[in-house]
Amino acid sequence: MFTETPLVRRKLRQERIAKWAFFGMAASMIIPLVLIIGYLVQRAWPSLSLSFLIDVPVHGMKEGGIWPALIGTIYLVVISLAVAAPVGVLAAVYLNEYARDNWFNRIINLAVINLAGVPSIVHALFGLGAFVYAARFGYSIISASLTLAIMTLPVIIASTREALASVPRSFREACWNVGATRWQTIKAVVLPNSISGILTGIILQVSRAAGETAPIMFTGAIYFKAVQKGDFLPYGLGEQCMALSMHLFTLSTQVPGVRESIPFATAVVLLGAVLLVNATAIIVRGYVRSRKKW
Amino acid sequence: MVKSRDTQIVVQDLRLAYGRKEVLHGISFDILRNEIFGIIGPSQSGKTSLLRCLNRTIDFTPEAHVLGAVCVDGDDVRQTSNVFSLRRKIGMVAPLPVGLPMSIYDNVAFAPRCAGMTRRNELEGIVEQCLRQAALWDEVKDRLDSLGTKLSGGQQQRLTIARALSHQPEILCLDEFSIAIDPVTTMRIEDVLKELRRNMTIILVTNLTQQARRLADRTMFLWNGAIVELDRSDVIFSDQPANRQTYEYVNGIFG
Repeated sequence: MFTETPLVRRKLRQERIAKWAFFGMAASMIIPLVLIIGYLVQRAWPSLSLSFLIDVPVHGMKEGGIWPALIGTIYLVVISLAVAAPVGVLAAVYLNEYARDNWFNRIINLAVINLAGVPSIVHALFGLGAFVYAARFGYSIISASLTLAIMTLPVIIASTREALASVPRSFREACWNVGATRWQTIKAVVLPNSISGILTGIILQVSRAAGETAPIMFTGAIYFKAVQKGDFLPYGLGEQCMALSMHLFTLSTQVPGVRESIPFATAVVLLGAVLLVNATAIIVRGYVRSRKKW
Repeated sequence: MVKSRDTQIVVQDLRLAYGRKEVLHGISFDILRNEIFGIIGPSQSGKTSLLRCLNRTIDFTPEAHVLGAVCVDGDDVRQTSNVFSLRRKIGMVAPLPVGLPMSIYDNVAFAPRCAGMTRRNELEGIVEQCLRQAALWDEVKDRLDSLGTKLSGGQQQRLTIARALSHQPEILCLDEFSIAIDPVTTMRIEDVLKELRRNMTIILVTNLTQQARRLADRTMFLWNGAIVELDRSDVIFSDQPANRQTYEYVNGIFG
């Protein structure tokens, strides 16, 4: 028979306290996000409209919308990930599937880990020296995108490796046992079953690339560029461009007399884009998890 | 009668170490063509490692060092230029069932496809034949496109056997194949093995000494990485094997 002794009661009480303490900490994560969004939207409200998205800035950026900055950010993100994603995924496949444990591969590993820890302002200086000056790309979308690519690469490598490592080794051994090469094994078993994790890792880097300011400020983003309203592809790859994060920085610090709702509206757009991208990642993950194969 | 057949596998002074820990201490033996060769011994005695030296999947363990020679059909496996065709020559069934995360059909067709076979009717023939041999066909013939990983443990083990047969090996290694299967299915597969031996050499690693007694022509007792005794099964399982330890192990006195 179960009787509630004082000892049992004490244990149950501790259990309850522990659970609520952990739950409280976890739940408090929601508070800053809700506050940030609420505050931003409230301050930005007078300027928020669809036309804010597709208009060009006028009157020394004191009026109008953010179209050139929005499209510039899309340029930078797409180009940087078009470079970083294939390089990162291939490098991760090498490191996880082919590399033996020798000094050279350890150096590669060390490089990846340390590259991930380099501050973005240092990436910016590196991009300035390497792409703007040494490679003679000048201040341009190409330089800025490559700088962002170098910044996102190590994280893509790390997340891809994690996704690859989640495929059990027994699957690989079963393939090797029947005479499959490593590449046949990767193609038939490893990649199809890790592609969701790989994609999620890449998608999450979209928001990082979109949000960084320092790397693009030094290499290709510009305060203001005159763009005709309705011009959907206003930039060439060798030109400088506006970008959301840069625009926000400029409006808040460099332009006197801006209506305060405009920088806040820019922030809302940036945050909205990031949340949209993260939601995509969650949906991708959920979809693939629902058809998990083992 | 055994001596009149030719040898297919020659293992000579095989030493294997993981790092500094030697797990096979220089063992030598021959396996004859078309015999069922039983290997018994407690766990950690090096049985699985021995099989992995045979098809060179030991290469995938970075800290493993192999010394000595393993020859299959006269060729040293460590000198072979095409390790993939060597592995296709040796069917390997691992102790734990592994259904690959693809359809049942693709599980069995995977190895022939890797070997370059693409014609549909040929593949279908192989898939059916191998699933029949593994005593699985009747259970899955109506759902060949469902996932191999969703089968039960015992069915996955038979799927593993079907996959090992799918590349038409000359040698079939079964490593504790029956630990996940019920006794009735085990018996059916044992019957299949007796059929297969007509055109295959079978190496049977087992913890069930009775299984080796039932099936194997010759049995090797491996203990702590060394051969204690290797003889015809009727000698090993008799009252008078040459070594006292063999008698004790087979009869469950020590283990």
